[in-house]
Amino acid sequence: MKQRNPEIDMNDVVISIRDLYKSFGSNHVLRGINLDVHKGENVVVLGRSGTGKSVLIKIIVGLLYPDAGTVNVLGKDVSALTEADLRELRMQVGFSFQSAALYDSMTVGENLAFPLRRNNKQISNDQVRRMVDIVLDAVGLSQAINQLPAELSGGQRKRIGIARTLILKPQIMLYDEPTAGLDPITCIEINNLINEVQRRFNTSSIIITHDLTCAKETGDSIAVMQEGQFVAQGSFDDVFRKENDLIQSFYQYNFIQ
Amino acid sequence: MDSSNGQPEKPVISPGVDRFFINVHTTFLFVARFFRELFRFPFETREFIRQCYMVGYKSLALISLTGFITGLVFTKQSRPSLSEFGATSWLPSLIAIAVIRALAPLVTALICAGKVGSSIGAELGSMRVTEQIDAMEVSAINPFKYLVVTRVLATTVCLPILMAYTALVGLLGSYLDVHVNEQTSITFFFLKAFSDITFLDLFASTFKAMAYGFTIGIVSCYQGYNASQGTQGVGKAANISVVISMFLIFIEEVIIVQVVNSIR
Repeated sequence: MKQRNPEIDMNDVVISIRDLYKSFGSNHVLRGINLDVHKGENVVVLGRSGTGKSVLIKIIVGLLYPDAGTVNVLGKDVSALTEADLRELRMQVGFSFQSAALYDSMTVGENLAFPLRRNNKQISNDQVRRMVDIVLDAVGLSQAINQLPAELSGGQRKRIGIARTLILKPQIMLYDEPTAGLDPITCIEINNLINEVQRRFNTSSIIITHDLTCAKETGDSIAVMQEGQFVAQGSFDDVFRKENDLIQSFYQYNFIQ
Repeated sequence: MDSSNGQPEKPVISPGVDRFFINVHTTFLFVARFFRELFRFPFETREFIRQCYMVGYKSLALISLTGFITGLVFTKQSRPSLSEFGATSWLPSLIAIAVIRALAPLVTALICAGKVGSSIGAELGSMRVTEQIDAMEVSAINPFKYLVVTRVLATTVCLPILMAYTALVGLLGSYLDVHVNEQTSITFFFLKAFSDITFLDLFASTFKAMAYGFTIGIVSCYQGYNASQGTQGVGKAANISVVISMFLIFIEEVIIVQVVNSIR
């Protein structure tokens, strides 16, 4: 199990969510979510598929708007930001997609350089190359620089997806199902990478997952989501001591006990 | 359509009609956003040039073939009727009027609606369903400006150029038939061909091609950018891009011809 990061600053809340509601038609996805993420903390949101976990992080980054409630990221109310301010904020927040969402027509190197060049018109080619090398080294895929996304395995694609977010040096990382669809060994590698990113780049993170091993290995704290609400929040041990059917069934169906 | 209390809302007219008006409304918002982003700094020059290459240069082979055949076949079809009146000497100007006023803009637009429209619809649709557009947004990149504005601008700028090229190739096809039958020189053919072409004809054709280009670009981008339902949605976006573009091109043709004829 992961040791709690000693660098966590409990007085510095980087993400604060209060009474968050979101519906799609008659489907009430989020029903009053409250969550604080402190500086340097990895918070795992654990829950079954379709419980609104991904919707939650899409609201945090402004891809979706809430029906009610507030989301403060680095002291800014996301729903109230102008387009330009939202773009500014997004440079501080890295988002790793479940599918990695790499640009098919670009090589790995171009995928990584793209956000950097777009957000910094003055940057030289040498600087871009150096940054690309640094993040590729951080995810352990320096040799893949000239490959196309279609030539990569699922695990490699996820790593490059993480590298693409790291290149903008974000303060916050949002991981959407980082281990979904990967073999157990690659899952361990991704879990280690998430912890390495936290240590090396001093990021705060929300990790969305239904993988208990991932939750155990990467989370400083865990929030369990059921039907759009958190039914338990706290450390891994605290949460899994609770008498809740969902939590117990998660435990029963995983082989890590 | 559901209200926030979870009860399905009653349609105002009928679900289909309501959906149609909602689509019209969102399309207008999309077009309005295009013009807003068009004049906002920074301009995506490199991507615009890349798109011009994709729309313009990559369509040249297909345009050359169809343009040439259109001119050749139209001349061959017109010849017997004109021969009856001994008026085959009118062929160059007749063909030039037909090609420049109607055939070149229409053939170019229909070819591009099929080739470019489906390609843009499928590309953006695929980027939407694989979250690549969302990935751009969260990387603080404006995907609308990068993907939509550049493509719509490229189709709007390239269609008139392709149209002029189609007209030229079409006239060359026509010249081939005229030369084989009447041994006319190329200089005489083109002098005769352009003798009845006015500035209004050239201006109207250029304007038409720009309108068709804008239509193809905006319809395809709208369909691709708003694609959903996975791979099925990508196919649907590509297909609807072509169908709606062609439909609108014919409607625009009728309107523009009416307006130009009233000026003439």
